[in-house]
Amino acid sequence: MASTTFPANISVPQRSFWSLVEVFVKEAKYEILKNVRIPIYAISSIVFPLMFYVLFALVLGRGNPVTRSQTATYTLATLGTFGVMGVSLFGFGVSIAMERGQGWLQVKRASPMPLAAYFTAKLVSAMAFSGVIAILLATIGYAFGNVRLAPLQAAGLVGVLIAASIPFGSMGLALGYIARPNSAPPVVNLIYFPMSFCSGLWIPIFLLPHVFQQVARVLPPFHISQLALRAIGMSRDTASIGSHVQALVGFTFLFLGIAVVLYRRDEGQLYG
Amino acid sequence: MSTVIAQIPHVATPPHRGVARTRNLTKTYGSVVALRNVDFELRRGELLALLGPNGAGKTTLVRMLLGQASPDSGRVAVFDADPRNEDMRYRVGAMLQVARVPETLKVREHIDLFSSYYPKPLPIAETLRIAGLEDLKDRRFGELSGGQRQRALFGISICGNPDLLFLDEPTVGLDVEARRLMWTQIRDLVSRGKTVLLTTHYLNEADALADRILVLQHGTIVAEGTPSEIKSRAIGKQVRFSSRLTLDEVRAIPGVLTAAANRQKFELQVQAAEPVVRELLNRDSWLSDLEVTSAGLEEAFLALTQNHHSNGSN
Repeated sequence: MASTTFPANISVPQRSFWSLVEVFVKEAKYEILKNVRIPIYAISSIVFPLMFYVLFALVLGRGNPVTRSQTATYTLATLGTFGVMGVSLFGFGVSIAMERGQGWLQVKRASPMPLAAYFTAKLVSAMAFSGVIAILLATIGYAFGNVRLAPLQAAGLVGVLIAASIPFGSMGLALGYIARPNSAPPVVNLIYFPMSFCSGLWIPIFLLPHVFQQVARVLPPFHISQLALRAIGMSRDTASIGSHVQALVGFTFLFLGIAVVLYRRDEGQLYG
Repeated sequence: MSTVIAQIPHVATPPHRGVARTRNLTKTYGSVVALRNVDFELRRGELLALLGPNGAGKTTLVRMLLGQASPDSGRVAVFDADPRNEDMRYRVGAMLQVARVPETLKVREHIDLFSSYYPKPLPIAETLRIAGLEDLKDRRFGELSGGQRQRALFGISICGNPDLLFLDEPTVGLDVEARRLMWTQIRDLVSRGKTVLLTTHYLNEADALADRILVLQHGTIVAEGTPSEIKSRAIGKQVRFSSRLTLDEVRAIPGVLTAAANRQKFELQVQAAEPVVRELLNRDSWLSDLEVTSAGLEEAFLALTQNHHSNGSN
């Protein structure tokens, strides 16, 4: 790099802590407002998971009331994982890729916006939508599926599904950089459904062939769904909670690492 | 490239007055040279227009001044600091070309958010007034017309009350009326003491607004001067002919601004046709296919910048 760095002697009014907090709050508020006002986003991210849950857990559930209630409880965790995965892949990963490809992120980066505020806002929005999905699913399960969870179990389930935004969001971010902005939506769609299936979100993992059970261990949604099942006492997996959390932390750093490397590669290209 | 462009001497300025400057700035994207050894200085309080056709490197230069791309070689400084330094952004506003802006947020909301990024922003009502957005403030961005969108982006760029403003093709795609309105708003900013770097591919826009114009072509500054200097060169005649003269001989004729040759076919840009044609006929009495056309302002400007990619040999 032959460029020379000039001494930084710019005098600027320092930003106070509270004005920084205000930036983070406004960024998150407007991100959520922006998403809520997009009908297709609100519908596809919230209504689809609810529809699938009603269809698979409640309408098509078979057997006696006890097994039906168990199905409704089990699928609360798995289809809940499916729902929040979509929110984070699209609302976080694809959304950033699109704004990068359309030049909007560059407009924001030309301003003194702290980049952390931008990412935090996307994450907070994904978490908010995830929380809404988890609570609506649990409510429907309680009202129509005879799902009975202890308060702590319900809180654990919602907590896991909200926290899932972190690994799923970083996965979406990495996919957005791997696929490049314009092809991010189809690529994510292409990965979303097969990965959900292989992670046991559609058919319980213990009913899938052995090879699937092995493959699932390298898929983030498997670990999220296992933690969610653990929270509501439905897990049949012998692995410890710690091992699932470790795997998810590992995935998150891997995805963020990929995103950072590819971000550096793209620096100075037409999209930032 | 067989084109020669008459040099207008660079005006020397005291270095401390520069708000932004580059030295020998070069940037390539793969095999494409976006900028080649660009030297320029933006002086405090002036409106400098960067004029050139699409692909001349205007946007690349703006992106490097914003610290969004790193130079391959050379230096770039804004407020005497590396533009990749985050603090520079508190004093800078930018209106960039953007394919899509989040459409479900209202104009007022976008401006409220961007204002919060700056330590001493303009009051929101003031930003709305300057950018002519008062009647549009409660409209969602997606409901705005092309001209209104540009005004909203303009509002976003000025809301932080920056000292230095980058306007990257602010009037592209606007109709005449919307363009005039934008011009008024830009003039208003300069009269408030802001420094503005404007990129455009319209000569009349640079002429209407700028204190100085830099003409950029294929990543190189090919002319620099006041609007009247640039215009006097652009409003000329085009002379075409076939001759056995060499390109160097033709270039040496007084009054020739640019000369290009493809085998024996020449194409010149001249200020006045008569003295040049007289001299040409003096030097080559066999000269043939003589054709003199008066280019309009825009055509002449295009001739200045977009000349003859195909005429590789001379």
